Amino acid sequence: MGTLVEEILSRRVGRSVRAGDTVVAEVDAVMAHDVTGPLAIDAFRSLEMPIWNASRTVFSFDHVFPSNSVAASELHRRIREFAAEYGIRNLFAEGICHLVMVERGFVRPGGVVVGADSHSTTYGALGCFSTGMGSTDIGVTMATGRSWFRVPETLRIEVTGELARGVQAKDLALHVIRRLGAEGANYLAVEWGGPTVSAMGLSERLTLSNLSVDFGAKCGLCEVDARTWEYLHLPDGGDQRPGDPVYAEVLHIDVDDLEPQVSAPPAIENVRPLSELAGTRLDEVFIGSCANGRIEDMAVVAGMLDGHQVSPTTRTIIIPGTRTAYVQALERGYIDTFVRAGAVVMAAGCGPCLGRQHGTLGPGERALSTSMRNYPGRMGSPDAEIYLANPAVAAASAIAGVIADPREEH
Amino acid sequence: MSRVFRFGDGISTDAIMPGRYNLTTDPAALAQACFIENRPDFHETVRAGDVIVAGSNFGCGSSREHAPLSIKACGVSAVVARSFARIFYRNAVNLGLPVIRCADLYDAVEDGDQVEVDVEHGTITAHGRSFQGEPPSAVARRISEAGSLVELIRNHGWAAIEEVV
Repeated sequence: MGTLVEEILSRRVGRSVRAGDTVVAEVDAVMAHDVTGPLAIDAFRSLEMPIWNASRTVFSFDHVFPSNSVAASELHRRIREFAAEYGIRNLFAEGICHLVMVERGFVRPGGVVVGADSHSTTYGALGCFSTGMGSTDIGVTMATGRSWFRVPETLRIEVTGELARGVQAKDLALHVIRRLGAEGANYLAVEWGGPTVSAMGLSERLTLSNLSVDFGAKCGLCEVDARTWEYLHLPDGGDQRPGDPVYAEVLHIDVDDLEPQVSAPPAIENVRPLSELAGTRLDEVFIGSCANGRIEDMAVVAGMLDGHQVSPTTRTIIIPGTRTAYVQALERGYIDTFVRAGAVVMAAGCGPCLGRQHGTLGPGERALSTSMRNYPGRMGSPDAEIYLANPAVAAASAIAGVIADPREEH
Repeated sequence: MSRVFRFGDGISTDAIMPGRYNLTTDPAALAQACFIENRPDFHETVRAGDVIVAGSNFGCGSSREHAPLSIKACGVSAVVARSFARIFYRNAVNLGLPVIRCADLYDAVEDGDQVEVDVEHGTITAHGRSFQGEPPSAVARRISEAGSLVELIRNHGWAAIEEVV
């Protein structure tokens, strides 16, 4: 009984724990990627301990894959050598770690997963307590299978109403960030609930949990229902809901009148209604990332781009988040649509989100991205501007070459 | 005495260590890139023992440990901020980089001021005034006393943390 996070952690440690308690808990899986992995390996080696469980240790090559530099190749080599030495077979180079972790079955309702990436909160959509940590914590978990957690107080976000056409989970999350600020949920668990969230598909819920860290949350949990099990291709294991929870705060949001939201530079909490920013010239549009790189996002974009051309003055980059999403997009003709529309389709991975690989922004350039961070310098030059929005807004904007309203497109 | 390098609110790990510069794990190389775009002269002007004083949500964004590691490698003796992003704070503690939450110091000092920081007690003296930082949690204190999380777990295992929670 309690909030979702209290229930999950209580079951895990075998006794009733409450917000404010600190626990040492076993994890189901531990993940690092090509940038955070080498430091985690260094920490692991310093411990001089055997590995906890090679089959539950995951490395993902996604932040710089395929490598574009000698330095990145060196990081990849160090991870491959470590994996070979310790018999780790979960060495994936098939897309963004958080999407791969879900596809590959490392995430289960009621589970506990830690990852060396802040957006490890994503798995909360599946009722799994998951959080991002630094490489040292992850190296310690690779050796011990455990980590310590202060059980967080919970902010419940109770959502009612129906999202209008062209308005998505991304807009709900950005709206919340506008109201609460970038550290509005620092140290808290966020619970996304209410009829609107129940009616959402898992792809949209994953977006909510993903963005929870961007207003500070330790985890972003959704209730588990029949859709959750179906998404995981598992037999229905029953619902998981809070029982007599005591919340630190409850935020009620009705989305009936919500319009698409855009986060404007220089920080994510600078969120405005789309109508205020429509017409802003764009040099780049990026569609993808762990926030919005799933096949459902690709479907929205393909529907918008079909029969259109992207603006010749705006480079448009589209990246299906995983190899699975890429193959599905191929089979459904989305890739054909993207390429014919003039977009550049790139290999599954993190892409331009962190300015390290392709589509790096120059000074004075302005991008609209479906990712989740717009700090100065995030996607390249610190003198570039990054706007964040949902995939429908991104597709409409790619066609127009300026920030555009997808509701006016068809 | 320590010289203050003062930063504003919402300093992200992208500002501390842009993603394009963290393709190394060598502390000396990371130090060279510390605040490279946000404050390009930082790594050249900072001296061992200097302190960073910042506003709210210091270290927000990515979990990349390269950020606190680069600050530590520059010789910074402590980061004192109004508030820290959760992951950055935990990473700093794990690495043995002293971090102190203090609500009042930020408005009382300017860039280049001289202050005295007592890391053990979390107190800062500036312009003859004393500022008290918030005490760390029992777990954070235990890790700090060991020097780093790796040292603590290697020598004492999880029992060292379980006995203080």
